[in-house]
Amino acid sequence: MTSNETGTHGAVLKDTPPAEDRALVELRGAGKSYGNIRALHGVDLKVFPNRVTCVLGDNGAGKSTLIKIISGLHQHTEGEFLVDGEPVRFSTPREALDKGIATVYQDLAVVPLMPVWRNFFLGSEMTKGPWPVRRLDIEKMKKTADEELRNMGIVLDDMEQPIGTLSGGQRQCVAIARAVYFGARVLILDEPTAALGVKQSGVVLKYIAAAREKGLGVIFITHNPHHAYMVGDHFSVLRLGTMELSASRSEVSLEELTNHMAGGTELASLKHELAQVRGVDVEELPEAGDLTAPVATSSEGKS
Amino acid sequence: MSMTQQATPAVDTPPAPGPKQSDGRTRQRPLALRLLARPEVGVFLGAVAVLVFFLFAAPPVRDGSSMANILYQSSTIGIMALPVALLMIGGEFDLSAGVAVVTSALTASMLSYQLTMNVWVGVIVALLVSLAIGAFNGWLLVKTGLPSFLVTLGTFLILQGVNLAVTKLVTGNVATDDISDMDGFSQAQKIFASTFEVGGVNVKITVVWWLVFAALATWVLLRTKYGNWIFAVGGNKHSARAVGVPVTFTKISLFMLVGFGAWFVGMHQLFSFNTVQSGEGVGQELIYIAAAVIGGCLLTGGYGSAIGPVFGAFMFGMVQQGIVYAGWNPDWFKAFLGVMLLGAVLINLWVQRTATRR
Repeated sequence: MTSNETGTHGAVLKDTPPAEDRALVELRGAGKSYGNIRALHGVDLKVFPNRVTCVLGDNGAGKSTLIKIISGLHQHTEGEFLVDGEPVRFSTPREALDKGIATVYQDLAVVPLMPVWRNFFLGSEMTKGPWPVRRLDIEKMKKTADEELRNMGIVLDDMEQPIGTLSGGQRQCVAIARAVYFGARVLILDEPTAALGVKQSGVVLKYIAAAREKGLGVIFITHNPHHAYMVGDHFSVLRLGTMELSASRSEVSLEELTNHMAGGTELASLKHELAQVRGVDVEELPEAGDLTAPVATSSEGKS
Repeated sequence: MSMTQQATPAVDTPPAPGPKQSDGRTRQRPLALRLLARPEVGVFLGAVAVLVFFLFAAPPVRDGSSMANILYQSSTIGIMALPVALLMIGGEFDLSAGVAVVTSALTASMLSYQLTMNVWVGVIVALLVSLAIGAFNGWLLVKTGLPSFLVTLGTFLILQGVNLAVTKLVTGNVATDDISDMDGFSQAQKIFASTFEVGGVNVKITVVWWLVFAALATWVLLRTKYGNWIFAVGGNKHSARAVGVPVTFTKISLFMLVGFGAWFVGMHQLFSFNTVQSGEGVGQELIYIAAAVIGGCLLTGGYGSAIGPVFGAFMFGMVQQGIVYAGWNPDWFKAFLGVMLLGAVLINLWVQRTATRR
């Protein structure tokens, strides 16, 4: 079963040959210090169009700092940050947006009580008419929002319903569709599946794949290696602010990825500690080196 | 088979809880419930109920001139309730709105009288002062991040004190001098405080202004970019900022809009009574806020309408005058209002829950 899965994904890579052209976004030895705390150090990351770059890491690994640098909320303090091969230094999220770097934050940046179409166009409304009577082009906005959402596979028959009535997965998808529509070339997704159930996560993963097919470069931040492995083309694992692993899909298996995520050696030592506690069955827990059992959740998440 | 190919068929037969279920859900919701969820429908029904009640309980109300009087009473509250409602939808409220009205009237009156100038000079300066007070409120709020309750409570107290102190200092009295014989008075009175006749009934011009402003506010709120921003900054400030809505501009301009309303009502008071009592206006701010809340605006922001506060203000005017026409003890007025307010708040709470329920 696992080998089948891997075979499937192998085909994906053949379908979309690695884009050899210039990276959309590139970090070279980038880092960030807050005062005397070094949150991020020596990170290399390349984002290509048509590729999903997964950034994995445990809490406090520096994932948030990384996306804050790319999305323009913070500035890097060491190394280089290049967009289209040119060094940049963003001071506001608006500048990143103008370069086509859109971030879908964990809180999604939606206003729950406002209708879906108003949320979709919030901050970039379509208008018509000369100044004193310049007004919202409601028909056009509703139509466009509906079309864009349908393109992403979300069918809503009432664009007027408050976005708060949508499920978490649907809201996530609306946020992604919005970023895609407004010309994002690079889409940063901050733990889009963290708060979702298995099925909803599947829906979101599908839209990540859809965004990739549209030619976007996707940065998928997560701490779930199974979700990452289902859509990812390249994996970067962060640990304590440094890059622990940077490998393309062909170089790494899900088991290895899980192992890196969990911090293999730490897990092994944890096992030995747990073994000394009565009542904890450690037989099932893997050793650092021989993590071979296929992980079942990967196939469940897809259904 | 690739991820794309997996994704494509799923578009036709969505596996997720999403599309199909949401179809059924929106259709199942009965029309009456959807209508009730509109912010202005509850208060409309309330206003009709109050009107019908007093038509029966107080026969004089059926007369045209009493109705004109009730509308006039409502309009003086209603003109101010509109910007207060917009501000509330934008997530803030302004406790200084009541005394700001008096500040504006005092400024215009004293300036033109003391310097013996055309009243229009005073009117224009009063407008600038009112807008400046609004801008100050908004600027302080945005800069410090303090809740609007604290910031505007501060300006409320400041203005209350300044109104009294400066008036006494300038005129030696608690009221300003009569300006009715000054240049431009009759002209300004035509705009702010005239009366016209419709079918033998004298109607005050403020009623017209009230409805014009309400229509304008509704259009702005529902049909313009700025209206969209008002809902957004009240609904979720951080989200609004993240998608590029100018939050600071929206908030400050909303406070300035309240300043404009205060100026307009202040001018009306000045030109209908010729003089201004410097201690007035205290407590009015709560009436405006109550009218907006009864009108279906959420105190926490992000939800409401401009039509709702029109009915809210009408309910106020109706009850206030209706009690008098019915020959009851007017002391009951406030108790009546309290009940209305609580009822409106409960309806709002229910609406918010149904609107966000999955």
